[in-house]
Amino acid sequence: MGDDEMKTIYQALVDIVDSEHVSNRPEELYIYSFDLGTAEPHPPNYVVAPRTTQQIQEIVRLANREKVPVVPLGGGLSLAGLAIPLKGGILIDLKRMDSILEVNEKSRYAVLECGVSQAQLTSYLSRHHPDLTHSEPGAPPTATIAGNVLIHGQGDLAQPYGFNSDQVNGLEIVLPTGEVCRFGSCALGVSWFTNHPLPDIGLFFGWCGTTGIVTKLSIRLYPARKIRGFGQFVVDDENLVPEIIGKITRTQMAEDIIAYSRAIPPFGMGLQHFTVNIGADSEKELEFKQELIWDDTLGEYITSGVGGYLGFTRGLERPQISKTSDYKKGGGFEYVGSIMPIEKYPECYRRGREISERHHIPYTVTGRCVGVGHSMMFAWTYAFNRADPRSIQHSRDALHETDDLVMELGGVIWKPGTYGQRIVRDRLDPNTRALMRRIKDALDPAGIMNPGNWEGL
Amino acid sequence: MNYVLEFDETRCLNCQSPDCLTQCRHIDIDRDTAQEEILKIARGENSFVLKECVTCYGCEEYCPMGNHPFYLIAERQEALGISPVPRPLVTRAVNLGLPFRGEPEIKEINGPVLNMAAFSELNRLVQGKLFEGLSVISTDGRKMFHYFCQLMYLHYAKSSVIKERLPGIVATIMKHKPTQVVCFHDECYGAYSSYCPSVGIDVPFTPVHFYEFLHDRLDQLKELIRPVGFKVAYQRPCSSRLSPDKHHYVKDIFRLIGAVEVEREFADENALCCAGTIQGQKRQGSRKRAAGIQKKNIDDMKKYGAEMCVFNCPACYQTLGDMVAREGIRPVHMSDLCRFAIGEVTGGWGTMR
Ligand SMILES: Cc1cc2nc3c(=O)[nH]c(=O)nc-3n(C[C@H](O)[C@H](O)[C@H](O)COP(=O)(O)OP(=O)(O)OC[C@H]3O[C@@H](n4cnc5c(N)ncnc54)[C@H](O)[C@@H]3O)c2cc1C
Ligand code: SF4
Ligand code: SF4
Repeated sequence: MGDDEMKTIYQALVDIVDSEHVSNRPEELYIYSFDLGTAEPHPPNYVVAPRTTQQIQEIVRLANREKVPVVPLGGGLSLAGLAIPLKGGILIDLKRMDSILEVNEKSRYAVLECGVSQAQLTSYLSRHHPDLTHSEPGAPPTATIAGNVLIHGQGDLAQPYGFNSDQVNGLEIVLPTGEVCRFGSCALGVSWFTNHPLPDIGLFFGWCGTTGIVTKLSIRLYPARKIRGFGQFVVDDENLVPEIIGKITRTQMAEDIIAYSRAIPPFGMGLQHFTVNIGADSEKELEFKQELIWDDTLGEYITSGVGGYLGFTRGLERPQISKTSDYKKGGGFEYVGSIMPIEKYPECYRRGREISERHHIPYTVTGRCVGVGHSMMFAWTYAFNRADPRSIQHSRDALHETDDLVMELGGVIWKPGTYGQRIVRDRLDPNTRALMRRIKDALDPAGIMNPGNWEGL
Repeated sequence: MNYVLEFDETRCLNCQSPDCLTQCRHIDIDRDTAQEEILKIARGENSFVLKECVTCYGCEEYCPMGNHPFYLIAERQEALGISPVPRPLVTRAVNLGLPFRGEPEIKEINGPVLNMAAFSELNRLVQGKLFEGLSVISTDGRKMFHYFCQLMYLHYAKSSVIKERLPGIVATIMKHKPTQVVCFHDECYGAYSSYCPSVGIDVPFTPVHFYEFLHDRLDQLKELIRPVGFKVAYQRPCSSRLSPDKHHYVKDIFRLIGAVEVEREFADENALCCAGTIQGQKRQGSRKRAAGIQKKNIDDMKKYGAEMCVFNCPACYQTLGDMVAREGIRPVHMSDLCRFAIGEVTGGWGTMR
């Protein structure tokens, strides 16, 4: 891009938004050139922070005219380089789109702008609608609801309700060509209470912003139980994990079930821990649920000495994956996530531990049950020292090996980075792949949306 | 070195009142059976007691003859493979005590020290005038397991681990060249004053019970004390059973600071433990058993009008702190109560809360 062209685009962005919220200064572009993981950094040419859907439409139209890439960014916490502007262009920072537009207590949903963060919604609900909650991921609090839904995230109500992308009632989207579309009941001009039963157009989840920019969304809310807490359980035989998850889900008494194993702190090494979140509205209900889970369901493991109950703690603890960043000097970590059949847990653990140990990284693996044992999100986390290129390379290699492992074990890579996307793409059924290509071409004829992602279909 | 528990079977043979087991709050047993069973255990035979023991440490106190029935039970449980807790909990606990973050920094003190042992992070509980001039060891949370007295493994039927590691812990403490070692936790005091002598581990320093120290300091600072007037219940930790001769300091301190200990059923010899270890035991119904004990204990505090529950042991606090607070009884550490009595701002439980 020539200097004049760049000046024109910069000025056009200023005209659309305002000079306060556009930048092409290297020090600001630098901030947007990387995420917390191992992906190679690449700066955008411009950063713009719009406040309205209309501004986003105008930015997208400008990008189409100028044939420059557009990369939408929420909290930037998806870690796999998904919002790094791999080919430069305009990075749209959506954090200013942060209005909570509606909370419907009776139909239990919230309509949000795309920049609303997890912590913002959590604190808003606890202040204004304490009886309601949403399925919050263990991501840092600045992660956006939209970014999470769009990558098929899972939160702390994943056991009863499944993926967060299954909990969407409606979307407003700026298409890559600039039109605004709505999906779900809101498309009929009525309230945003359901995504059913109109013809299904699943064009936006899992696409990394390559098919449009979500500007508003409606998500389901759920009863916030008065008492919430987590019980812990531990076994030393990884082969027991799938059947234990199966048994706990059968009780239908848990809000969230996570199994994990890690090398640090050393006392837990080789053991498989479970955290089981339980919600209740009274002490009586809590005790009833505890009795069903720990005594009636897991009692056989305890009395035979192969499983141990570690107690119940009130209050919720988000998954602590980020603690992994303390494992090495230089505080970096990235994980490969996968959606896996639950029965693969033992192999996922053993193989992941082996990869970690080969790369001299203390191992951390985590499996969150999604649905009533229908699948799990299994993650392998690798710590690295940001100041040591060799350590970064070890992690990168381990991540790539793990992407391959996911495929080998019969899983699906969750929110794959470009390496993982290529592996998935190459394995896709050819007709499916061709259909995806046609959809992508139809929606984004100029190929401007988050290029580098889902390419070569 | 081979450390062997000194347990005198002849004392049991001649024992007129086998209180060790008849006083046990968790096993229902008559006098004759009690004597029979403890003798069986002493001879290395199996006994239902080994299975039903919830490891409350009580019998160490109940034995009037200075024998060590609980240390014996723990040893026999290990020898016969009758672990009170499931295998993964044992593995977890045994690994917990392994230091993994380098060697501690050793300063030679050549005087009395306060040993925080595995509770370095609670150093805010040992601030102010009461502790002025006293050097503290084990102040670094990353290195605290070098000072961990290991006695916890009695709950896990792992006396072998205690015997293997404790001499090294004593040696680490000795590197500081202490004269007296004030033990922040009852369990450490029990380790050095009772367990070590019972198995022949040499302790070259003089252990001092935390409450004895607190009491003497309060006595020196008497003119600062403003009677607190709180109605308090004391949560006696299991390890206090290893030093029953020091238990009177609880009452002595309360008297000094004007705290009114409520006359309740489950106090002193009849105290109920926090049941933190019981909830995870292998025996059928352990979780409920623990919850039942906790409820009985807290109901008793409430019934007799306690407004505060005073703790020594951080593990008891972790188990019961929130529970008593939910019942409107304030959980507090003994040292904080003492500091409050001399007009200081208290440290609180810090990271424990
Ligand atoms: C410590 C840690 C723990 C985590 N735990 C969890 C967890 O428990 N569950 C879970 O699901 N995730 C978890 N994550 C992953 C991730 O952080 C979250 O899923 C997060 O919610 C992603 O949202 P974001 O706003 O950061 O998305 P971003 O990274 O900003 O965006 C994700 C992708 O979506 C695109 N995008 C963003 N917004 C839009 C939009 N409005 N329209 C179109 N495209 C858009 C971006 O271009 C990018 O490709 C965790 C991450 C970390 C670091
Ligand atoms: S252990 Fe003590 S109380 Fe029990 S029988 Fe022997 S001497 Fe008596
Ligand atoms: S330790 Fe407690 S439960 Fe076990 S026998 Fe002694 S008094 Fe009874």
